[in-house]
Amino acid sequence: MKRNIPLILAFVSGLIVIFSEFIPHRPFSSIVDSLQEWFMIISGFAMLLGVMSLLRMNAAKVSTRSPDWQYHLIGIISFGLMVLMGALWGMEEQAGILGQGASISAWLGKKPFDYTYTHVFVPLSATLFSLLAFFIASAAYRAFIIRTLESNLLMIAAVIVILGRTGFGTMLTGWLPESYRFWHLPNLADYIMQYPNTAAQRAIMISAALGVIGSGLRIILGIERSYLGGDK
Amino acid sequence: MKHIYYLLIVLLLLQSAMLWANTTSSFTISDKPWDKGEALILNWNLPDGYDRLNLQKADSLMVYQDMELDEPLVSGFVDDNLDPDETYHYRLIAYNDALADSIFIEAQGQPKENWFYMHKLSFLLLFLILGSAIVFYVMAARRGKDFYIRRISGLDSMEEAIGRATEKGKPILFVPGISELDDIQTIASLSILGQLAQRAAEYNTEIIVPCRFAMVLSAAREVVKEAYLKAGRPDAYREDRIFYLTDDQFGYVAGIDGIIVREEPAANFFLGSFYAESLILAETGLSTGAIQTAGTANAHQLPFFVVSCDYTLIGEELFAASAYLSRDAQQVGSLKGHDFGKLLVILLIVVGIILEIAGQGWFKSFLMGAGS
Repeated sequence: MKRNIPLILAFVSGLIVIFSEFIPHRPFSSIVDSLQEWFMIISGFAMLLGVMSLLRMNAAKVSTRSPDWQYHLIGIISFGLMVLMGALWGMEEQAGILGQGASISAWLGKKPFDYTYTHVFVPLSATLFSLLAFFIASAAYRAFIIRTLESNLLMIAAVIVILGRTGFGTMLTGWLPESYRFWHLPNLADYIMQYPNTAAQRAIMISAALGVIGSGLRIILGIERSYLGGDK
Repeated sequence: MKHIYYLLIVLLLLQSAMLWANTTSSFTISDKPWDKGEALILNWNLPDGYDRLNLQKADSLMVYQDMELDEPLVSGFVDDNLDPDETYHYRLIAYNDALADSIFIEAQGQPKENWFYMHKLSFLLLFLILGSAIVFYVMAARRGKDFYIRRISGLDSMEEAIGRATEKGKPILFVPGISELDDIQTIASLSILGQLAQRAAEYNTEIIVPCRFAMVLSAAREVVKEAYLKAGRPDAYREDRIFYLTDDQFGYVAGIDGIIVREEPAANFFLGSFYAESLILAETGLSTGAIQTAGTANAHQLPFFVVSCDYTLIGEELFAASAYLSRDAQQVGSLKGHDFGKLLVILLIVVGIILEIAGQGWFKSFLMGAGS
């Protein structure tokens, strides 16, 4: 019974969502929106679970003085500070317990929560994102080492696309007459991106879409149950 | 002489009919077919010489407000974002500046909900065919038919990865993607987590699962707990190793990178929906020398995983993983349904190409959902 109720719920919800995709009439047209709203409400409550997990995990590391416990302490303090600032003075237009915090906002230029978000959180996120540039360089280096015919082809295609996307590529082949315009590096790069690349990506996307349909049906029909924790 | 007289009469009648047609104005409103009852189609026909028009709609107080038309003298307009079964009143005013004349016509309409999106007929047919094929193969598997599925090296390597982690005494890191539980990739990922956790429990190897969303955390805990129970090792289950990090994308990445660098897991699994963070995670994992298995259906992230991971599940392999690992006959049967779908798609593409070359565009239009 414990397993059957979720299975019945999954079956009914799945059928409703499928029907609503093809039936524009009420109740199907509105029921999917309701289901999504329910999901948001449940997510909101589940957030509490996440916060509890976060605090418990970090507090345990700090209390047992596990290696690098200082980072976990900073995590707890940061979390507490953000909650406190948001609760006391609010964020953006919303007021907090102490109102809009006009004096502290005048001093910082923003509300403390917004100030910390803009001047601490956003730069940290941007810093991490910027690491991608270096990782792309190291990954590209490994990918383009010529070992096999495939990696050779990959490297040639990559060089054409990289050069074709820069002014240098235009300059390199700009002298070619108009009748050979296909061989201009920007046009070659466009060709590679538009045809072989798009074809390969679409093949992956079509097969993934089939996988999604298959997985969905397996879940709706109750064949796939491992997301519930087990088979029985 | 008599014939000429009749001919003149006919010509006069024809001319007057044409004049009448040119001077008659009409304004009709009809419900947009095959929709949610949110749109009305407004059509009008104005005599020659009218160079300006004004379309107005009555608000709730029956005060007419001007409507904006994309082109000043179009002969039709679709008013959308309406409520079904409500009556809407419209007014069309056309001006003839040369004659200092104007026409004023009123009409009303009521959008109606329909019972089918006709432009999705092709999708429904394809879905029914594919769904029937999957059900057919599942039934065949139930009757005992044995199906062959090709080897997926990324999944075969799971034992190797767990074995290595056990030998080194290091944990396994499992990242279920950065999407919520409503993403089917996350569900597929959790299905694999169940299989992986069971094997990890059998080998007595620790598994770390950092989650981005609390709902995923809750499901992941349940899945791992059940896997440990199945393996007969409920005592080894540690809830604190399946934890929530943060909802923020790069905060989550920073947290996982920290775990990779500090705890140096022997095997990393990145399975689910990934975006810009895929390469950051995979490259950090590579730097620690871990065996890495990744899988996603997000085609743009696959090259990054292919470059930095030992094994990559491409697209549908992620969705097939649970069936492949469980070796459950019914699930394997459903994979045959996928294969049938692929065959069907190939067939449709070939037929579509031939018909397009032959100048028959209806097939492509039908499949692309024309008629909305």
